[in-house]
Amino acid sequence: MNKEGVILIAEDDEGHFELIKRSLQRAGVCNEILRFADGQETLDFLFVRGDGPTREHDKEYLLLLDIRMPKIDGMEVLEKVKNDPELKKIPVVMLTTTDDPRTIDRCHKLGCSIYIVKPVEYQDFAEAVRKVGLLLSVVEVPQIDGMLKKKGVL
Amino acid sequence: MNKDAVILIAEDDPGHVELVKKNLWRSCVENDILQFRNGQEILDFLFRRDDTAKHGEKGCYLLLLDIRMPKIDGQEVLRRIKEDEELKKMPVIILTTTDEAIEVDRFYEMGCSFYIVKPADYTKFMEAVENLGAFLSLEGVRVPVVDGVGVC
Repeated sequence: MNKEGVILIAEDDEGHFELIKRSLQRAGVCNEILRFADGQETLDFLFVRGDGPTREHDKEYLLLLDIRMPKIDGMEVLEKVKNDPELKKIPVVMLTTTDDPRTIDRCHKLGCSIYIVKPVEYQDFAEAVRKVGLLLSVVEVPQIDGMLKKKGVL
Repeated sequence: MNKDAVILIAEDDPGHVELVKKNLWRSCVENDILQFRNGQEILDFLFRRDDTAKHGEKGCYLLLLDIRMPKIDGQEVLRRIKEDEELKKMPVIILTTTDEAIEVDRFYEMGCSFYIVKPADYTKFMEAVENLGAFLSLEGVRVPVVDGVGVC
C-alpha cells in the first residue's frame, strides 16, 4: 500500500481500535489511520456527506470493518460500499467477533476482501493485526476518484 | 485459515509456483495447495468441466491468480468467477508482475480481494509471499464454503 494511502478503521470499541492501530504500526505500517465509531460516520466519510471529515479525491483507502456497531452495522456499510461503482474498489477487511457462518457467507457474497474473526486473547489479537499489517505492506490499493478516471482512461 | 481450505495457484511459470509454495510453507501455511498452469485449467476445475479434477463436494478455496497466462488470462478468469453466484464468494488474490495503476484499478473493480505485485528482486518476492503466508495462516481468517453455507 502506497505511503499516501489511508487506513480507515470502523470500530466502536475504543480499546480495540487502539490495539489495532498499535499492532499495525508494530508491523511497520506508517499510513495515516482514521477511526469511525459507527457505520453512519463511516458512510458519511465515504459518501462525502454530513459535517464530519470526508474523503478526498485521488487517494487510496482500505477499510477495516467491524460488524456490530451502533446506528448502522458493518454488513450494511459493506453492502453500500460494494454497490457503489467507485467505492466498490476499496478493499474491505472484516475484523469482527462474529463467527456465524451465515454472516461470513453473506459478507463474502457482498464482496469483502477477507473475513477475520478477532481472537479473544489480547496477545493473539495483537499478533493477528500485526500479520494483517504485513499483508497491507505488500498489497496495491487503487485510488478512488483518481486521475485515471478523470482523464477518461477508465 | 482452517486447514480444510485449499489454496489454488493459477500460474504458468513453474519457478514462481515453487517459490510461492516454498514460502507459504515457510510461514506455516499447512493447507493443501493445487496448481493450475493456465486460465483454462483453473476454470475447468472451478466449473467442474474436467473429469479428472479433484473438486470436492463442498470446498473452501482461496485462489492466487496470475494475470498473464496462456489460453485464458487472469482477467477473464476473475470475471467468470465473480459472475458466478457461488464462486464469487471465493477470495481471489492477484499475484502478478504487472504493476500498472490501470490494472490495479480494473482488478479491484472486478472484485479481487487483494492485488500483489511480484517484486522483480528474488529476496523481496520471497518476503512478499512470506507476508502473505503469515496472513493466510492466521487462525481467524474465515473462508466460505462454495456450494453451500459454511466456513473453513
